[in-house]
Amino acid sequence: MKLKHLLAGAAMMFAGAAGAQDDPFKVGFVYVGPIGDGGWTYEHNEARLAVEEEFGDSVETVYQESVPEGPDAVRVMQQMALNGADMIFTTSFGYMDQTVEVAEQFPDVLFEHATGYKRADNVSTYSARFYEGRAVQGHIAGQLTESNIVGYIGSFPIPEVIRGINSAYLHAKEVNPEVEFRIVWVYTWFDPAQEAEAARALIDQGADVILQHTDSTAPQAAAAEQEGVYTFGQASDMAEFKPAPRVSSIIDNWAPYYIERVQAAMDGTWESQDYWGGIDSGMVEIGEITDAVPAEVRESALALKESMGSGEYHPFTGPINRQDGSVWLEEGETADDETLLGMNFYVEGIEGDIPQ
Amino acid sequence: MDLSTINPALLVASLMVAATPILLAAIGELVVERSGVLNLGVEGMMITGAVCGFIAAVWTQNPWVGFVGAALGGAVLALLFALLTQVLLSNQVATGLALTLFGLGLSALLGQGYIGIRAPTLPRVDLGPLTDLPVVGRILFGQDPMVYLSLLIVAGVWAFLKFSRAGLVLRAVGENHGAAHALGYNVRIVRTCAIAFGGACAGLGGGYLSLVRVPQWTEGMTAGAGWIALAIVVFASWKPWRLLLGAYLFGGVTVLQLNLQAGGLAVPVEYLSMSPYLVTILVLVVMSAGRAPGSLGRTFHASS
Repeated sequence: MKLKHLLAGAAMMFAGAAGAQDDPFKVGFVYVGPIGDGGWTYEHNEARLAVEEEFGDSVETVYQESVPEGPDAVRVMQQMALNGADMIFTTSFGYMDQTVEVAEQFPDVLFEHATGYKRADNVSTYSARFYEGRAVQGHIAGQLTESNIVGYIGSFPIPEVIRGINSAYLHAKEVNPEVEFRIVWVYTWFDPAQEAEAARALIDQGADVILQHTDSTAPQAAAAEQEGVYTFGQASDMAEFKPAPRVSSIIDNWAPYYIERVQAAMDGTWESQDYWGGIDSGMVEIGEITDAVPAEVRESALALKESMGSGEYHPFTGPINRQDGSVWLEEGETADDETLLGMNFYVEGIEGDIPQ
Repeated sequence: MDLSTINPALLVASLMVAATPILLAAIGELVVERSGVLNLGVEGMMITGAVCGFIAAVWTQNPWVGFVGAALGGAVLALLFALLTQVLLSNQVATGLALTLFGLGLSALLGQGYIGIRAPTLPRVDLGPLTDLPVVGRILFGQDPMVYLSLLIVAGVWAFLKFSRAGLVLRAVGENHGAAHALGYNVRIVRTCAIAFGGACAGLGGGYLSLVRVPQWTEGMTAGAGWIALAIVVFASWKPWRLLLGAYLFGGVTVLQLNLQAGGLAVPVEYLSMSPYLVTILVLVVMSAGRAPGSLGRTFHASS
């Protein structure tokens, strides 16, 4: 308790000092991987640069790379707050409890936590509806696969990843009833060697399309060694692997959201909220679909993207059963956000168990 | 569950690939520790080797030059460690940790502009009919040359330590540097050579990651492999053949668990994920009867 007061007091002193000197508005970013991962963290950093570009001298940004999820993150956030950050973006699911904890110690600092679900007066959460992009990937993957085996590299069994698997599977199954998903959990967001090994294991098992929910480009490099294996860019375009193996991608575009929130914080209109942007808001972009994909598949994939962008189609539209065969969504029913945010089950047809 | 989809020959072949970076880094560290020096900077030397090797290979379009560059990069960083700990007598643990942090930062700096580029990779050897032999062909005669080289290094280190005079001197320095000094051996030079060798091996291991195993350059791509190499040296009780076993066991279980998952085995994934660490530690602990070199980690100065 004492430490907490001390820290809060120190933060106020810093905040007071900052106000008096009319310093630039200071925004901190906590990254889970290195900026050079070419994926998730790379895109968050691009958005940070966009913030700097937008506000020029009136905003100063700081960042810390490769911060482990867990207790160590607390130290990093405290340090940022003590150094006068007015706002901190924590960009990985595993910082959730730590963000809330530090936010309590620094009531005057605004926090934005990516992909989590715990909020407070000074903690907002934001995420992107990646599952919309996954639907497009599944649609393409189901038609590209010759072996009818699609490999999926999962990071951690959290709702965000499970949603992506379900969405991709449903849309692959829709166009190819024979399709089968093989899922490998690597329990890391970033470990190129492990990710490459997982991709190879899946390819050895007959998979000829690899979807990944990890942050590095290593699975792409591993897939590039073999003819006839296709991949999708994850979080970033990963354009260096075009036109094959990478045939399309999901690009996370955080910049508009970051700029809007920093602006709100500077104006004093910032409020705690939960934001979940999809294809319609531009937060989820679909990277160029290359010529390795047949033209008619590309057309239908783009049409699918359009229908989700306009809000006319929801990727989780019933009838959909859970893995155990029980009914999840009735005919024509669409999933509500709450169920999606806490999704902890596979849909019918996927084999294997979700690690608990 | 259907285990028939897992091809044992392919599995063994890929476990050797998975284990080679750790094996190379660990055998280098083994020599360093047998000379009485504890260098915790393996991770930093590996990642520096990974980036130096990648840059050299991209520039010359020759993977062999890449491996030479990787070894040099690791060795140069190791010599920095030697300068600090052997000449300036700094604390080995602190210096080693600093070396890791320095290596990670330096590699990120050097690697800017090399992200997403493809480097020439090492083709597997093809001995024609031998490689086509069922099962053993792919395992024994179908690897890339670095796998054979890493095995040669292990054999070489074993023979060097066991049979050569120079190996005896190195071990003497590691066991009791005071006595070795009294006998007239130059402790500092012996240790500096060992440290440079360790750095070159760690660099090779890193280069193997960026040129063969992944193969591309990504910041922070070693992701802890250096620490595992350090642990394997200890669990192998500083013996080369046990170290080979440990590294292959670790690589093997890592690859096996990914294959089992991909094959749809109904074992909880958590157990599979921790199995490489558990199995390696268990086996090596059960076998271990070894003892650390007597002067390990102690600073040497001729006056003391």
